[in-house]
Formats: sequence, structure tokens, C-alpha cells
Amino acid sequence: MSERDQEVNLRQRLSGLSRLPLLRGARVDGEAKRLEEQLERLQQDTSDEAIWRSVELARHPERPYTLDYVERFVDDWVELHGDRGRADDGALVTGLGKIDGRTITLVGHQKGRDVKERLDRQFGMAYPEGYHKAMRLMEIAERFQFPFISLVDTPGAYPGVAAEQHGQGGAIARSQAEMVRLTVPTVACIIGEGGSGGAVAIAVSDRVLMQENAIYSVITPEGCAAILWRDAGEAKKAAAAFKPDALHCLDLGVIDGIVAEPPGGAQTDYDTAARFLKAALVEALDELDETPGEELRRRRRAKFRGMGVFA
Amino acid sequence: MSDARIDVQVEHRDAPPPAEKKHPNTCPKCGSHYRDDELDAALWVCAHCGHHYPMRARKRIEWYADAGSFQEEAADIRSEDPLDFFDLRPYTERLTEAELNTGQSEAIVIGQATLDGHPFALAVMDFSFMGGSMGSAVGEKFSRACDAAAERGIPLVSVPSSGGARMQEGILSLMQLPKTVVAVEELHDARVPLITVMSHPTTAGVLASFASLGDVTIAEPGALIAFTGPRVVQQTTREKLPDDFGLAEQNLRFGHIDAIVPRPQQRAYLARVLRLFR
Repeated sequence: MSERDQEVNLRQRLSGLSRLPLLRGARVDGEAKRLEEQLERLQQDTSDEAIWRSVELARHPERPYTLDYVERFVDDWVELHGDRGRADDGALVTGLGKIDGRTITLVGHQKGRDVKERLDRQFGMAYPEGYHKAMRLMEIAERFQFPFISLVDTPGAYPGVAAEQHGQGGAIARSQAEMVRLTVPTVACIIGEGGSGGAVAIAVSDRVLMQENAIYSVITPEGCAAILWRDAGEAKKAAAAFKPDALHCLDLGVIDGIVAEPPGGAQTDYDTAARFLKAALVEALDELDETPGEELRRRRRAKFRGMGVFA
Repeated sequence: MSDARIDVQVEHRDAPPPAEKKHPNTCPKCGSHYRDDELDAALWVCAHCGHHYPMRARKRIEWYADAGSFQEEAADIRSEDPLDFFDLRPYTERLTEAELNTGQSEAIVIGQATLDGHPFALAVMDFSFMGGSMGSAVGEKFSRACDAAAERGIPLVSVPSSGGARMQEGILSLMQLPKTVVAVEELHDARVPLITVMSHPTTAGVLASFASLGDVTIAEPGALIAFTGPRVVQQTTREKLPDDFGLAEQNLRFGHIDAIVPRPQQRAYLARVLRLFR
């Protein structure tokens, strides 16, 4: 097998085994150990090029967005609009639907396809109103005990005058707070760019997954490069330094599993990408179904409380 | 649109040259100049125009707490370098330099003290340590301050001062947002009040997490309180910025904070608020 085939093979296995805690070895002892060794080897080789490839694929203009997936695996989809206060934010779509026969609440970032839609949806960068709308869905999820699914794909929260005036920081903080109050199963998947606060605002979930070419980061490579290298052109170096790719996020314990994409990336075959994503979401939901709500919440909080490395 | 993705202040190669470097003790608003001891005695507030200079964490604790009552906790928690991060210099070198320059082990000081004899917990950030950026150590220390306050049933006074998440810790620094949010949730579940004093600057990741979740939230005059700072907003959107964009005064007008309290009045204000929760 070529190295690339090996990697694909491994990643598919990783996603198949996304019923974690994968790398902590509990669930699938022998298999996990073997995979871990393989992963370690691969990681030494995760070249700057491979990381940059993820960055490019995550932002690929043809990459499927939230509504492309909704169309493919959510039945009886009813989109809900508006935050009941000020506006309807097109950068974040929210609604109710069924996956495999169970009713779910779903929120997801939506970038636009053409110029007009991109402008209407602010390139997937939500205003505080978007997060308020998401919180409305969280309320519904809690009231009716529907699982809460989020699909994350944003360069970041919208950086504008009105967004600040309407309380961007506070909205992101309160959205996270709401997420750690829920007593329903919550599953998030980064399906493209997981850009900073605007991403984590809807991703404080029991299970956080990433598609294999998605990225999840505290800042964009360009932003990081502009600050630390004083040159946005050094984005590739910055990405290599802060490692936003799925394997590294898994390794750092930030995500719980990797969802396979069709060879070449999700943009090459929407149907296959959707099939993999649906399978991973259903698997995660099945796994969380048995756990009582209070216990879900306790574990979710413990998971995020434990994040970080310090001396 | 690449700049649209940035949520911290950005320096650019083609940025206008910085204004002539002034002595840090020269007031940027009115040009008055003071000796260190003069500023220290005036709580680092300009006697002429009221400008609030940055205040070091320990000095602020000295100001809020009864003399000699402060007991620091978790002072030995330090940052690690999980990514072997290297930009123009290694992260570890930047950490060591920050510690040498500030005498602080991290960008936050936590502990407990008394105010007019009543115990309270403190979590005070120090902007001079790597721009008050929040990495794993800051997240952990803030969370421990919440735990300690909840356990003892004493109110927590938090003073954010931060440029945002610490990039050198990559995605783990972003995870400090939900981590500190969880800590505040648990504090709230224990029915322990969180009083937040936003100081200049309270931005990006810190504003988008624990700084925005106080039961009572005040700010210092002129403090920048913004998820995205003015320069990035300007560069990204080309919008014309209002004069008071992102400042405490604008945040008060738009309903994001409860009051603006000048530093010399903060001790009495905190004492009053804490009495209400006893």
C-alpha cells in the first residue's frame, strides 16, 4: 500500500471506530493500540504539506455545506428562522427534522455558493443574532428532549460594527453556557472550517467529530501569520505550527472521532460524504441514547473542564 | 476576506508606522507625565484627565483586598508547550521572557482575601504577561478560582484583561473558552455570585467566555471591550467606525455591561455589591 492509501485506510478505520475513547484505548483494546502506533508513525510524517492540504480542502468553494447534508439525510426538515429579537441570520441555519426516524434539532453554519448568496450569508460568519437563534433551538431541544446536532463551518464570527454593538462576545459565551446546561445528547461535527469562537459557540457537545479534511483552530493561518510572523503570506508556516488538522485535534483530545470523506475530499462526491457523516452522527446518537440526561451533562462538563495541558 | 477570520488585533506590514514611542508613564490622552510612585499612589489613573493606565494584577489585588489578607493559590501552575510551537522564536522562550519581565508565572493571579473583613475570591488577569492571553494555564487557574469560591461559598471577583486566546497553544487555547464557561456554570449552580470588572482590554476569547458571564459586570472607563478589535473590523469590512467603537461607554449604551466605575470608586462599589449577596 502506498503511504497515502495507508492513511486513507487508517482514517476510515478511525471513523469506523469513532465510538471512543479511541486513543485512550478503553473500548477496543488491541485494535486501539495498533491504530495508535500507526497513528504515531503517521503523525511524525504529517507534513506541513498535508496540513496545508486540509486547510485548502476545508475551504474548498465546492465543499458541501450544512444544507447539502440536510437535503441528503434529514427527513421532514423544517427550517426555523429568526432569533425572535432582531433578525434572521443566514449564516447559521436552524431547524427540526428526523434522522433515521428520530426527531432532532439541528444548527449549522451555511456559507453561500454564489456571490449574492455569499453576501446574504456573510460567508458563513454569524452575527450575535445567529447564536441567539441557535439558543432558541437549544431551548426547544431541552423542552422536548430532542438530540441537538451542530454542523460547524465558519471562518469565525462576523467581525463588524453592528455585530459588536449587538454583543458578539456575550452571545458566543452564552451559547456555550446554554450547551453545557442541556440534558439531551449533543453531537457536533466540524464539516469545513472550525474557526475560533464562532465555531466553538455551537460545538460544546458530548461528541465532537471532524471530517477528515476539516480544520479546527483558534485563529486562521493568515491571522496567526499576520500576528506572529508579521506577514499574512506565511500562512502555511503558521498552519504547520498550530496544527488545525483532524488528526492533531484527535491526538490532543479536542475531538472524539474523525469522519471519513470520499477520496479526494467531500467536494468530489456529496452523496458519499453525506452517507459517512450520517453514519457517524447516528452512531454517536445511538451511543449516547442510553445515558440519562443528568449524566450526559455531567460528563460533558467534565470533558471540557479537563481540556488543556499545563505544568 | 482572509482578514475576516481574525479575531484578535493584527499588525500588518503595511500598517502606518506606530506613533512616536512615548514613555509609558506619559498619559496618552492629555500628555501629562508622572513618576512611578505618583501613578502608584493614584491607582494608575491620570490626575489631570482621568485616563486609566494598565494596572498590574498584584497592585489591583492590593487595592481591592484588606491589607495583608490576600492568600495566593495555584501560583505554581505554568504553561506547557503542547505543540512545540515555534514562530520567529520558540513559545517556551517567550514564556520565560514573560516571567522574567513580569515576575509572574502566568497571565492571571488567583486567591482569596477579605474586603472589609468579609472573605471573597479573586481571579485577576495581568495584561503585561503575553498580552493577558489565555492558554491552558490561565484557563485552569480561572477554573480553580471558581471551584474554590463555590466550595467555600464566597463570591468571586474576576478582572479580565486580555487580548484573547494564546495562539501558541493552538486549538487547546480555544478549548479554554468552553472550559471556563463550564467553571462559571458550576459556580452559578452553587449559587455563588460572580462579579466581573472588565479592564482594558477585554477582547476576543476572554470576552467570548467567562468575562461575559458575570452576575454583575462593570467596566473601567475607556476600556476596549470587543470580540473583534477596531483595526480588524476596519480592515475587514471597511466600515466607518464610530468614535467610541468597542469602548466601555459604547458597551454600556448597548446594554452589555451594568456600569462604568472609575478605579478609585471600585473598592467601595465591590463592597456594596458583595454586601447584597451575603
